[in-house]
Amino acid sequence: MSAPSLPQARFALELKDLRKSFGKTEIIRGISLAVPKGERVGIIGPNGAGKSTLFNLISGRFEPSSGEVLLDGQRLNGKKPFEINRLGLSRSFQVTNIFPKLSVFENLRCGVLWSLGYKYTFFRFLADLKDANERTDELMEMVRLDKKRDILAMNLTYAEQRALEIGITIAGGAGVILLDEPTAGMSKSETGRFIKLIKDVTVGKTLLTVEHDMGVVFGLADKIAVVVYGELLAYDTPEAVRANAQVQEAYLGSAVAELQSEGH
Amino acid sequence: MEFFIISMLNGLSYGLLLFMLSSGLTLIFSMMGVLNFAHASFYMLGAYIGYTIASLLGFWPALLIAPLVVAVLGALFERHFLRKVYKFGQVPELLITFGLTFVILELVQLIWGRIALEFRPPELLQGPAFTLINHSLKGLSLLWGAAPAELCSSADAAVRVVCSPFPATRAFMMLVALVMLVSVWLLLIRTRIGLVIQAALTHPETVEALGHNVPAVFMLVFGAGAGLAGLAGVIGGSTFLTEPSMAAAVGPVIFVVVVVGGMGSLSGAFLASVLIGLIQTFAVAFDYSLGTLAAQLGLQLGTPALNNSFVKLTLSQVAPLLPYLFLVLILIFRPKGLLGTRED
Amino acid sequence: MNSYYEFKPINVGRWLIWSLFALLLGVVPWLFNSSFSITILSQMGIAIIACLSYNMLLGQGGMLSFGHAVYTGLGAYLAIHALNSITDGSLPIPVSAVPLTGGLAGMFFAILFGYVTTRKAGTTFAMITLGLGELVFAMSLMIPEFFGGEGGVSGNRVTGAPFLGITYGPPIQVYYLTAVYTFLAVAAMFAFTRTPLGRMLNAVRDNPERVEFVGYNTQRIRYTAFVIAGFFAGISGGLGALNFEIVTAEVVGAARSGVYLLFTFLGGATFFFGPIIGAVLMVLAFVLFSELTKAWLLYLGLIFLFMVMYAPGGVASLIMMNLRLAMYGFLRRLWVSYLALGLTALVVLVGAGAMIEMVYHLQLSASLGSELKFFWVTLNAKGLNSWFGSAFVMLTGLGLFEVCRRQFVLDWSEIQENIEKEIKRREAL
Repeated sequence: MSAPSLPQARFALELKDLRKSFGKTEIIRGISLAVPKGERVGIIGPNGAGKSTLFNLISGRFEPSSGEVLLDGQRLNGKKPFEINRLGLSRSFQVTNIFPKLSVFENLRCGVLWSLGYKYTFFRFLADLKDANERTDELMEMVRLDKKRDILAMNLTYAEQRALEIGITIAGGAGVILLDEPTAGMSKSETGRFIKLIKDVTVGKTLLTVEHDMGVVFGLADKIAVVVYGELLAYDTPEAVRANAQVQEAYLGSAVAELQSEGH
Repeated sequence: MEFFIISMLNGLSYGLLLFMLSSGLTLIFSMMGVLNFAHASFYMLGAYIGYTIASLLGFWPALLIAPLVVAVLGALFERHFLRKVYKFGQVPELLITFGLTFVILELVQLIWGRIALEFRPPELLQGPAFTLINHSLKGLSLLWGAAPAELCSSADAAVRVVCSPFPATRAFMMLVALVMLVSVWLLLIRTRIGLVIQAALTHPETVEALGHNVPAVFMLVFGAGAGLAGLAGVIGGSTFLTEPSMAAAVGPVIFVVVVVGGMGSLSGAFLASVLIGLIQTFAVAFDYSLGTLAAQLGLQLGTPALNNSFVKLTLSQVAPLLPYLFLVLILIFRPKGLLGTRED
Repeated sequence: MNSYYEFKPINVGRWLIWSLFALLLGVVPWLFNSSFSITILSQMGIAIIACLSYNMLLGQGGMLSFGHAVYTGLGAYLAIHALNSITDGSLPIPVSAVPLTGGLAGMFFAILFGYVTTRKAGTTFAMITLGLGELVFAMSLMIPEFFGGEGGVSGNRVTGAPFLGITYGPPIQVYYLTAVYTFLAVAAMFAFTRTPLGRMLNAVRDNPERVEFVGYNTQRIRYTAFVIAGFFAGISGGLGALNFEIVTAEVVGAARSGVYLLFTFLGGATFFFGPIIGAVLMVLAFVLFSELTKAWLLYLGLIFLFMVMYAPGGVASLIMMNLRLAMYGFLRRLWVSYLALGLTALVVLVGAGAMIEMVYHLQLSASLGSELKFFWVTLNAKGLNSWFGSAFVMLTGLGLFEVCRRQFVLDWSEIQENIEKEIKRREAL
């Protein structure tokens, strides 16, 4: 493709002074981040800090106002979501985003088809696509939904739908996975099991996950990125972040304010 | 010159009629997310009900009562039929209003028959609002009301006088449209109910949680939209024809207006309505075709080319096409619409 | 509606069903063998292809089109021109291939118009198809070379060299040609639903945004499906041109598009075979229903309204729901309820129907006097007795119907609960 003397990109995902404004409000204010391959990053921050917006910028739902997003050294700015996905980045959604009238098996298979090169073909039967069907079976087992193969997605329980959501996200074999509050709305026990699921299915992948549950994040992540008011306050190991005074003030300060306004 | 002015005013008045209709449609769409396929049918209902009331009580009471009747019918439809399909999604909403057009058309034909009715405007509005007199010597002058015959002809063969009347009904149409526009705008911006409606547009659950009766608001909005269409119907029916095909004649055009203007944008609908009204009115007046254009440019075309019906097509023949052509062009070059804000 | 039931027969079952279908297509003209019936059967075949192609957009892709007649109609026009070209010797293809030219035309125009049309989704898409439909219809009066002006374009299907002795003169021959095309088209469109594109089309219907995030260009999927649907639509139009030997502007009109929408929806957009039912109903309605009563369009509109509100999955969904009941053994319990509902509904309809017929009679046939026959009863449209009687019948029926309906709803929900429990029980095994 290119001359062998070009250096390999060291980072799976890189953000360079990323900014995003909606009208006059700047939501993301110059975030720079470099995530090496295989790292698990937990993104924390108070509500409204812009974490989901950040994911939307990276995955192509929104276009950055300025700055760059680089996937494996390749510039993603302005690319459509499907182009970005084909380059090897996949994301899940905070509000479950599945195919309600298709079965669990079909849902997962939809996530698999492009990556196996089937594209827009209408000359072959789905039943004959051995590799797609085998991979889908694998996925179903990985997300523990193999017993629900033919159940329509809209008839699953909430936790099962979240698992399906993750399943669709990893189906295409993308190298960089973005999970947006994967355990949102789950009970404590469900969360615990779900974290194990996430760990199992993202082995060897670069993972960025937005989370609110501190226990989850500190247990799952190699590094933590703290986003407050659209800025990156810290990007360090969990222990370092815990000890970071600025983070304590900004995040825990606002966390305390949140708690106070809830009347605790 | 007077031709230009009269055509301009005609186009404007037609555009404003389109706006009366498309504004109701846009309001319903913005507030409820429902594209009311039966909107032109409410227009037709307004004309027919207005005709009946006018024959009993006179035009002016009809102008007041008919829109109210249509509004009530619209509200009842929302309450008992439309409401049941909200939970099914956008497609069934469109489908049920589509089914309504069938039913209204058949009922109208059932009750009033299939021939066009003569819905006469009141005494006050018969005749011209003003007349433009173009005297080749004295120039252009304006006369309120109708011009007496002597002023329109000249004994002297060398002097040419042309009288162009502008119908009072058209002027009235423009007046009503503008009054309606202003009142709706004031209602939305300045009153409390308008505020509630605006809020219910984007956050219906919150508004309901605050204690407002959102289903009642929806019923009100739908009824109001239908009523506006009914008002346009009384005016349109008395100015133009009142017949069963009037809904189908204007229906697709207002959908074009709404899409071209930008779904959900009132100002976009205004701009698009006026544009389309002007374009269509002017186009109908021109008998130029590609053939005549070529002749004007001095191009010599062979007989087979001259006889080709495509080349022979005059602008006036193509006029009914123009709104749809406009639609296709907008969709290619500016899919959001002229002033649209929301991406569908 | 709670969940959609997908009927999955085993492979032997699949072969059986298709063989039965083919058998049915082959045998039915022997059962209804008058010339009139055979033309109706041909029309049903044509309608089946049209409605199935329409449902590729509506039911499978979630695209509500108000302008599908453009593609069937333009297919028809090209086919009739091809037929005339065969007649004057400039096109050396067999008459049997004429519907294919229609298909190619449909495909061509779908490629041309589809790009602009499929750029948007949802309501805007619907409006674009409406506008394009009006555009094409308006143009049909402007270009007489292609559209034949007011009189349309005529052709003669008994032309060219006979193929194995088949001249397409007698309607039965046209029927069998239609039957072959119908079988192949239905099989092809069914196969489509089993392909990657077909499945991704469903995904686009369910969640167009998510589709982008699994690597697919949503617009490309819609556009490709649109073109394929246009191809089959054109075949339907081509068959129609052969059948009627004349094509007039109304084949591209908004009314025709509306009819496709109405009957596809009525038949059931959520199941593959729904539009087949809808197509059969369409032909029956236009040919037979319209003869029974002048108020048929009103009835149709009302039926449609009630279907949208209470059975948005159409006739097909009603069948499948009851099939599900039967599979779990609960159908027998509802037997009596259905009967009661049916009878009381009939009473209401008789009463309402009488009144509607009387009004229509006054409007349209007043010159024939004020008496009309309604089933076996003679009604006097100007007589108070008839009106009172009908109103009384209708209101009584309404009251009884409401009573039965409430009981039915209770029974139904109880049965649904039982079925859910049974499903869970079977899952746990």
